[in-house]
Amino acid sequence: MKISNIISPRNRILLRELVITDFKLRYQGSALGYAWSVLKPLFLFVIMYIVFDRFLQLGRDIEHFPVYLLLGIVLWGFFTESTINGLQSIIARGDLIRKINFPKYIIVVSGTVSSLINLLINLLVVMVFIIFNGVQVTWEALWIIPLLLELYIFALAMAFFLSAVNVKFRDIGHLWDVFLQAAFYATPILYPLSMVITQSELAARIIMLSPIAQIIQDIRYVLVTHDAVRLYDITHGWKVFIPFMIVSVFIVLAIYYFRKNSKKFAELI
Amino acid sequence: MGQQKEKAVKVDNLTKNFQIPLEAHSGLKQKLINTLKGRKGYREFTPLNDISFEIEKGDFFGIVGRNGSGKSTLLKTLAGIYAPDGGAVHVNGTLVPFIELGVGFNPELTGRENVFLNGALLGFSRKQMNDMYEDIVDFAELHDFMEERLKNYSSGMQVRLAFSIAIRADADILLLDEILAVGDEAFQRKCYAYFEELKQKKKTVILVTHSMDHVRKYCNKAMMIREGKVVVNGSPEDVANEYSLENLDSKAIVEHEGDAPDDEDSQQKINPIVSDFKIELTSAKKINQDDEVAIRYLIKPSKDALLKIEMDLQDIDKNTYVYSSNSDFRKYKKSELTEHTVKFKVKELNDMSLRVNSSIKDTDGNLVAYVWHDDAPTFMIRRNDYPGGEAKTFAVMYNRGKWIE
Repeated sequence: MKISNIISPRNRILLRELVITDFKLRYQGSALGYAWSVLKPLFLFVIMYIVFDRFLQLGRDIEHFPVYLLLGIVLWGFFTESTINGLQSIIARGDLIRKINFPKYIIVVSGTVSSLINLLINLLVVMVFIIFNGVQVTWEALWIIPLLLELYIFALAMAFFLSAVNVKFRDIGHLWDVFLQAAFYATPILYPLSMVITQSELAARIIMLSPIAQIIQDIRYVLVTHDAVRLYDITHGWKVFIPFMIVSVFIVLAIYYFRKNSKKFAELI
Repeated sequence: MGQQKEKAVKVDNLTKNFQIPLEAHSGLKQKLINTLKGRKGYREFTPLNDISFEIEKGDFFGIVGRNGSGKSTLLKTLAGIYAPDGGAVHVNGTLVPFIELGVGFNPELTGRENVFLNGALLGFSRKQMNDMYEDIVDFAELHDFMEERLKNYSSGMQVRLAFSIAIRADADILLLDEILAVGDEAFQRKCYAYFEELKQKKKTVILVTHSMDHVRKYCNKAMMIREGKVVVNGSPEDVANEYSLENLDSKAIVEHEGDAPDDEDSQQKINPIVSDFKIELTSAKKINQDDEVAIRYLIKPSKDALLKIEMDLQDIDKNTYVYSSNSDFRKYKKSELTEHTVKFKVKELNDMSLRVNSSIKDTDGNLVAYVWHDDAPTFMIRRNDYPGGEAKTFAVMYNRGKWIE
């Protein structure tokens, strides 16, 4: 996985074809087709909105809570989808790996890129909500670009690591499902972080060290409302960089682990 | 001319190990149990053991070997699908493997989409694929089906489409598995025409095959491997001979399976006078027209009897009897071991693999004992007096005849 290989024309073409295939096959045979990429998070949003905003009234203190909620769900949805896609990608493409030699990372990248395209489509829907809710969008919103990059790198790191582990231990898929469930509730997606702070400020700080929590809250802050509590609002000093450090260390280790194991994929699948 | 000597592939001391799990499940639990019990949880298997060889540019190189000899592992290691555990594979130029046609074909995509996907896997750009798309469709004769999904294709149509893309591959070295030549006769002919074309173009080709006819026809060099080692590396003729010799024994076993019930039937009918009947080929396993064949018989009857031995030579490939020889009736004494040897030459026979089936009969013509099928000794004839050095015939008898104007 040399840098020069990543941009070699052959690998670019292959990546492109695999992404196109993934995308074409995603809603193959369903009547609504690609509309489902948008409808799924919308349905989830409607449920969450009714339960958490209307019944439980968690969004009382937050301006534009519906948009805030939808954005969180969409971002979390990307993380879930891309890591699960990535986790299964190597096994799912076993037929290719056993019969032709090509850089294996292309498979993992293609799995996450098609999720990324899905995320961008979903973000367009969020933009529509932003406009209808009368949210004031400022230049600050441009921060979304580096933040999405961080999110993608984090998801890619997890995908590399999980896909390589999955070749050896198929249990990892089930473990990851459970982990995602737990992480969903450990991340301030449905509930405002301020609720945690009133209980325990320490707990809030620990929650916000997770890169996913940091990214979701930062994007909400720059795009929707300054009511979104960020890591910088509750922590100071070098600790605010912990999420970035986690992402950096993860991507390096994951690529190292993936490279080390990818030579044996064809034999083990 | 210097080009001729340039190496296309160089394999040095290549070794490949596999760890075959002893349990069906690969999971954390099993791993944990194995670690706790101090078990490895797998057994080592070495399909390639210290293999070295070279292929020059322009060679049509055949690799033969029986099932389980390590052929496929070698193929996949050359293709870079498996990483070597020891030694190295040096490939000079681009190499495209065809271990299977239509790699990456997806039944849910249309024929057209699959062409582009498969092309990308073979290293073609979208532009290159656009340029040759019409030719591919023409060659596959599938104009009306390209917008249909692949799952609605017959298997023959799928193979045709895949093959039409495959032959576009313009790599320096092509790695072909014989399995490619599947399908109906017309398709096989196309396949062989393609092999012929590659040969004409002096492409570097590595062909893995079971067919000695193909080795002789297309290859200029060949190699045989057995149990992960190179047995012969040389001319196609040497390799084909060695391969046929090795296959003599295994063929008998295959045939035996089908014939087993017959044997049991005949076993019940035989008159068990002879308790000990052994046959041994005492001459060489591979002979030419001038060599003598010698077969030794050991017979021990359980009571005094008047018996004769019948020997039949069976052409294993054609499954016909070509030669027979009977002894005269003679008296055999109870519990006494008698030894005979029959000697003969096979001047009149063409190249073939032969099995020596033998039986003992009493004066009423009843079968008393026999050694057939996988128990029977085998040998092969390789004449050295063919004009041009090759047996270009399927005939049983050798006869040059005299042609008179």
